[in-house]
Amino acid sequence: MMHLADSAPVTNNLLGSEADSQRTMYPYVTGTSVIGIKYKDGILFAADMGGSYGSTLRYKSVERLKSVGKHSVIGASGEISDFQEIMRYLDELILYDNMWDDGNSLGPKQVHNYLTRVMYNRRNMFNPLWNSLVLGGIKNGQKYLGTVSMIGVNYEDDHVATGFGNHLARPILRDEWHENLTYEEGVKLLEKCMRVLLYRDRSAVNKLQIAKITDEGFTLSEPYSLKTFWDFNAFNNPTLGAEGSW
Amino acid sequence: MFRNQYDTDVTTWSPAGRLFQVEYAMEAVKQGSAAIGLRSKTHVVLASVNKASSELSSHQKKIFKVDDHIGVAIAGLTADGRVLSRYMRNECINYSYTYESPLPVGRLVVQLADKAQVCTQRSWKRPYGVGLLVGGLDESGAHLYYNCPSGNYFEYQAFAIGSRSQAAKTYLERKFESFMDSSREDLIKDALFALRETLQGEKMTSSICTISILGAGEAFHVLDQETVQRLINEFEVVGEEPPADDEAAAPDAEAAAPDAAEGAAPDQGAAPMDI
Repeated sequence: MMHLADSAPVTNNLLGSEADSQRTMYPYVTGTSVIGIKYKDGILFAADMGGSYGSTLRYKSVERLKSVGKHSVIGASGEISDFQEIMRYLDELILYDNMWDDGNSLGPKQVHNYLTRVMYNRRNMFNPLWNSLVLGGIKNGQKYLGTVSMIGVNYEDDHVATGFGNHLARPILRDEWHENLTYEEGVKLLEKCMRVLLYRDRSAVNKLQIAKITDEGFTLSEPYSLKTFWDFNAFNNPTLGAEGSW
Repeated sequence: MFRNQYDTDVTTWSPAGRLFQVEYAMEAVKQGSAAIGLRSKTHVVLASVNKASSELSSHQKKIFKVDDHIGVAIAGLTADGRVLSRYMRNECINYSYTYESPLPVGRLVVQLADKAQVCTQRSWKRPYGVGLLVGGLDESGAHLYYNCPSGNYFEYQAFAIGSRSQAAKTYLERKFESFMDSSREDLIKDALFALRETLQGEKMTSSICTISILGAGEAFHVLDQETVQRLINEFEVVGEEPPADDEAAAPDAEAAAPDAAEGAAPDQGAAPMDI
């Protein structure tokens, strides 16, 4: 999302004219947490479909999980239009890779490293892509899961999350994740995390998708909702016992 | 002086549909000292003959490491070979910076061929006068390619270029069917024997040849001179006699080796392809 950095009249100072330089100064429409985990046969992702305009829950059907080539999946949080730009880069990357038609293909590790370079390069131009990305996949039986931030910080792990997910989902994953999760157990674990996020993250919406990638390929679930229970006393009267609150 | 009126620049066709300047560049490859390459499922061996231009000088380097998984052997203008090697090194480094993984060999070879092709279609350029044997390993296995000045490239099981390379090709043609399952040592051995064929009576010593290898779990490297001499002694690859092959299933074929080599001696091997 572009924003006019300097809408004041054209000033020619020592730094030169910046009148036509546009950068993302802050994000406009954003998606919240994405979670990714390794499981027995591949990688699972979960993300809700909300698109927030500031703190307004403006859009309700934003797909934030996409496949990249045959072996990889990307999940994005942060500025939605920047994610769309990233998808243009990746689709072109995969197109040119396929055009070689030589039996070689980019795997999740390669795509992740590519994104790392793109993100860090953009932040060095003081024009970052305002996203936290999760990238995972499987190629030749080799599972891969990693993340990149808007300034290029990147790492691999068995389970990763962005934004609020780092605070609310990963502690649960650290306790309950293990290498031999079945698909059903993996989805159950992701839903447990997503439910916590739904309760505590104000930008989360109750409409989510699960993405799965295995050696057999990529599947994205239809959007669905989680069962919730709002009749706890603390929900009915949230300020009770919160001293000094109104 | 000139062969005809159609060879004064690269982009002029002859009425017979030929580009003479490109063909002359192909000839430059045949002038250079021989380089050979062969591969198994997992390994590639590149070898070359070292020719010093004078008693007082040392020989020029003809085998270059491009990356851990790619090496080249050249025949022709060494200076052009070095330029192209540098280009290949650059491509490999840039690829691994972006993708943190090795550049597929086939793709590098296509890029190299495209670079050579451009020189055959620009009036202010000249073709590269060098042939490159590119050996490499990637996720689809071991590969050996030959890139020539015309911009063509071919994949081979085994190949030889440079002066008197026809003799080595004859040797390789006779034996290549077993190369796929060859051990690393047997591959080196066949490289030495094939190389000897191009020597035409000269004594095989470690000082007149360079041997290099790459493969699964083995980064590209040039064997040091002591190792090469040890292998030459071990395999008895010295004299004129036919190769003392232990797995000589066909002794007749072995005996025919020097004859075949002599028959093709004046290096009249046809160009490896029609341009």
